[in-house]
Amino acid sequence: MSLVELAFVVNGEAVSVKVTPFVTLLEVLRDHLELTGTKYGCGEGECGACSVIMDGKVVNACLVLALDCEGAQVVTIEGLAANGMLHPLQQAFVDHGAIQCGFCTPGMIMTAYALLEANPSLTEDDIKRGLEGNLCRCTGYRKIVDAVLSLAEGGVS
Amino acid sequence: MSSQSFDVSHQLTPEKECMNQTAPKETLIGKRVPKLDAPEKATGLTRYIEDLKLPRMLYGKILFSDRPHARIVNIDTSAAEAMSGVRAVITAADIELVPFGFGRDNTAIKKDKVTCIRDEVAAVAADTPRIAAEAIKQIRVTYENLPVVTSTEEALADGAPIIHAGTPNNIPFQFDYSHGDIEQGIRGSDVILEDTYTLRRQAHCCLGTSGIIASFDADGRLTLHSLTQVPFLYKHDLSRIVGVAPEKIRVIQPPIGGGFGSKLDIHPFEPICVFLARATSRPVRLVFTREEEFLATPTRQPMVIHLKSGARKDGTFTFRDVRMLLDNGGRTSWGATTPWISMRTFSSLYRVPHVRQHVDVVYTTNPYACAFRGYGNPQATFALESQVDQLADALRMDPLELRLKNAQKPGETTGQGMVLGTCGLADCLTTAARNAAWEEKHKKPSATAACTAAQEHESSIVNRQPSIARGIGMASLFHVGGGAKIYRSDGCGTMLKLDDFGGVTVMTGSSEIGQGSETVIAQIVAEELGLPIGNIRVINNDTDLTPWDVGVHASRTTFIAGNSALRAARDARRKLVDAAAPRLKRKPEELDLQNGKVVDRSSGEPLESIGKIIRGLHFGRTKNELVMTTDFYEPPSTAPDERHMGNISPCYAFGTHVAEVEVDLDTGVVKVVRLCAAHDVGRVINRLGIEGQVEGGIAQGIGYCLTEELKVEDGRICNPSFTDYKILTATDLPEVNVSFIETHDPAGPHGAKGVGESPLIPVAPAIANAIYHATGVRMTELPLTPERVLAKLKEAREQETIND
Repeated sequence: MSLVELAFVVNGEAVSVKVTPFVTLLEVLRDHLELTGTKYGCGEGECGACSVIMDGKVVNACLVLALDCEGAQVVTIEGLAANGMLHPLQQAFVDHGAIQCGFCTPGMIMTAYALLEANPSLTEDDIKRGLEGNLCRCTGYRKIVDAVLSLAEGGVS
Repeated sequence: MSSQSFDVSHQLTPEKECMNQTAPKETLIGKRVPKLDAPEKATGLTRYIEDLKLPRMLYGKILFSDRPHARIVNIDTSAAEAMSGVRAVITAADIELVPFGFGRDNTAIKKDKVTCIRDEVAAVAADTPRIAAEAIKQIRVTYENLPVVTSTEEALADGAPIIHAGTPNNIPFQFDYSHGDIEQGIRGSDVILEDTYTLRRQAHCCLGTSGIIASFDADGRLTLHSLTQVPFLYKHDLSRIVGVAPEKIRVIQPPIGGGFGSKLDIHPFEPICVFLARATSRPVRLVFTREEEFLATPTRQPMVIHLKSGARKDGTFTFRDVRMLLDNGGRTSWGATTPWISMRTFSSLYRVPHVRQHVDVVYTTNPYACAFRGYGNPQATFALESQVDQLADALRMDPLELRLKNAQKPGETTGQGMVLGTCGLADCLTTAARNAAWEEKHKKPSATAACTAAQEHESSIVNRQPSIARGIGMASLFHVGGGAKIYRSDGCGTMLKLDDFGGVTVMTGSSEIGQGSETVIAQIVAEELGLPIGNIRVINNDTDLTPWDVGVHASRTTFIAGNSALRAARDARRKLVDAAAPRLKRKPEELDLQNGKVVDRSSGEPLESIGKIIRGLHFGRTKNELVMTTDFYEPPSTAPDERHMGNISPCYAFGTHVAEVEVDLDTGVVKVVRLCAAHDVGRVINRLGIEGQVEGGIAQGIGYCLTEELKVEDGRICNPSFTDYKILTATDLPEVNVSFIETHDPAGPHGAKGVGESPLIPVAPAIANAIYHATGVRMTELPLTPERVLAKLKEAREQETIND
């Protein structure tokens, strides 16, 4: 099948890849760009392990056709830490014990990041509802919610 | 481990401790220590199996049977083989068929016959995953259907189809246990109850799907990147299946995206990947899709438990008679042995003089099960703890009082020969009850609850009030707390190496599956050597480097790997102190190691850096030595005898959960509002980690109780996706209150016992008991879906009407 050129911005960096027309954003990130922090958990938009930010909104990268990303701004988990420092949200996940096997963590952090960007004064219920599309099998969610809450305005750190 | 520096010292509040009535010493034990690999995981840098690529690596894919029971007449692979990019297609004809699995009734690929829907029939290796998936579709299999056996009843009926030729009665295993004399127990009982409890299939739902990479060296050595929980047994068992000497197999475990027991067995996809690598002389990676994960990995063992038990008027338990029927599915994995653990709860959660258990493991053509957190104990505890409440009701006793009356006590040896060095069950019961305000909330007499609930419901319809019934229920648990000696050794090895600067590499045999063992081990070593935890690097994933361990299961790692690490660290500490003493002109007993320094034990005055002592040993003028120690810790437990008697674990875990529920009488929806848990953990090593274990176990337990069931109809799986198989989300979470009862087990590292499996075990019966308290309806079949609850409520109302 003929390849199509795709140009978009990932973590602030312009990238250009040649892809088959049917591949997903998840495949481009993982297989073409080696950004393997974004996980395959189900391929059907059910688990949220592949959550990334596309033009300011959380998407399941497994459900986005790569060609729909032409010109888009995409942020993945690799785009959060800067200058060797964890992003405060990543640090909060570490400090609150929100990470066990860690497989859901990148998607969970990206979703939480978008929630906080959209509404800095999230309540506990906002966080729970906002994270509903991200499954975790290890933690029981309590410590994940606490981690996000610690960064919400008026939240408990 | 993280390449980024990460300082946890700001997390650690100094704890004043008296050591010889002297200087304050900071301790890491019991602190909230963030997981050492968390920064790597938080940044997406952790490379799981699906993220790993080897040069020239191919992608494997398996063709599974699409029918539950059939004879394989012919397999035509020619079209798949002709595809561009396909490098190998294999069937049973291409490999040596070595039987494996607990029942030795499985082979990597099936030859003549399939006995369940997921049986492996053929496999391919191709240049890309897409080509491999396409090639699988091109394989033509001709089957001759055989009768499907969908239940144990069908399998045990006269003239039932024989599923495996060597087992004409379809019962591959039977287990019997007893102590005391049941007849005497029955004669001594004032109250006798019996009921049947039905437990369904729960899927592990690890977020990372199963996978493996197999590659051969030029000299025939096999390297496996594998997610196994039992790397050393795996080497040994896989060796037989794939025909490579065990000493030529290296198992490297990349970070594992969830285990929960799912990786205790060797699964057919693993040897298949080895056969593909051999056929192509190239590395092959085989990673499941989510659908394959649901279809082709085993579940929790489905069981039907018939339980009869009795008590005297004063509540003293008299006997317990158990019959268990396991739907074994079409193949036998270690799941068949889960009754070995079930029986320990029946025999030993409470003092009961007469216990008998009979288990039939029955072949069907359903998918099969394997180990899952709790290992048969969640099923047993559901039956037992439901019936304890039923007994309390019959005796008109408070369920808390009945449990306290019969609870095991420290120092006792149970009927099954288990020695309870420490036992915090009574404390767990009273603590969980107190935190849940049990006395106040349980007042409503449950015997009349059905009537009340029904009446409330009627009036609520009239008054248009929400028809919610509230209730509270409790359940306790008993589990091994430091492994279970099923294998010849239940030990773990440690090798510890100090570099010239006070950096420590701990090579432990124990595996990490997300539970935080590497952090606990690092804490224990750092504590002993007086070094910052950031100096400790734990290597736990490469059988070429790490010493033997039986595997991560049976809630054993903190206890057994922790003890081994502690002993290795103690030896290193002794070397350091002995070397420091003459240099510092003190006696060894006058020295301590703290904050990277050798200090005066009584004043805490720093005297020398630990690094300098190590370098002094290494580069000495007269003698040159490195600080390296080894340890192999074998717990003082004994393998059970042929009657299943024996002190299988060096310590035992206890706990109590109290659940508060709301039952919607119109819809049957059960909401867990609050759950108070109290666990006897010996001693907390990492408070952050142990809270995570308990909270996560509770979430899995609520799922097991309320929503999770892998549905199988006519041998086929109906819901292989997260949309149709519902695990809890962040919004389903109740308020959770967790207490730790610290009984300081003398055998445990710093007094700790295991807790990994415990928190899942009593959740379902606590909720079922709360539903009974709310509605008067006794739920005996999991999961407690709205349909099942509503049906029982309706039945109760009709009964009520008839009685009126």
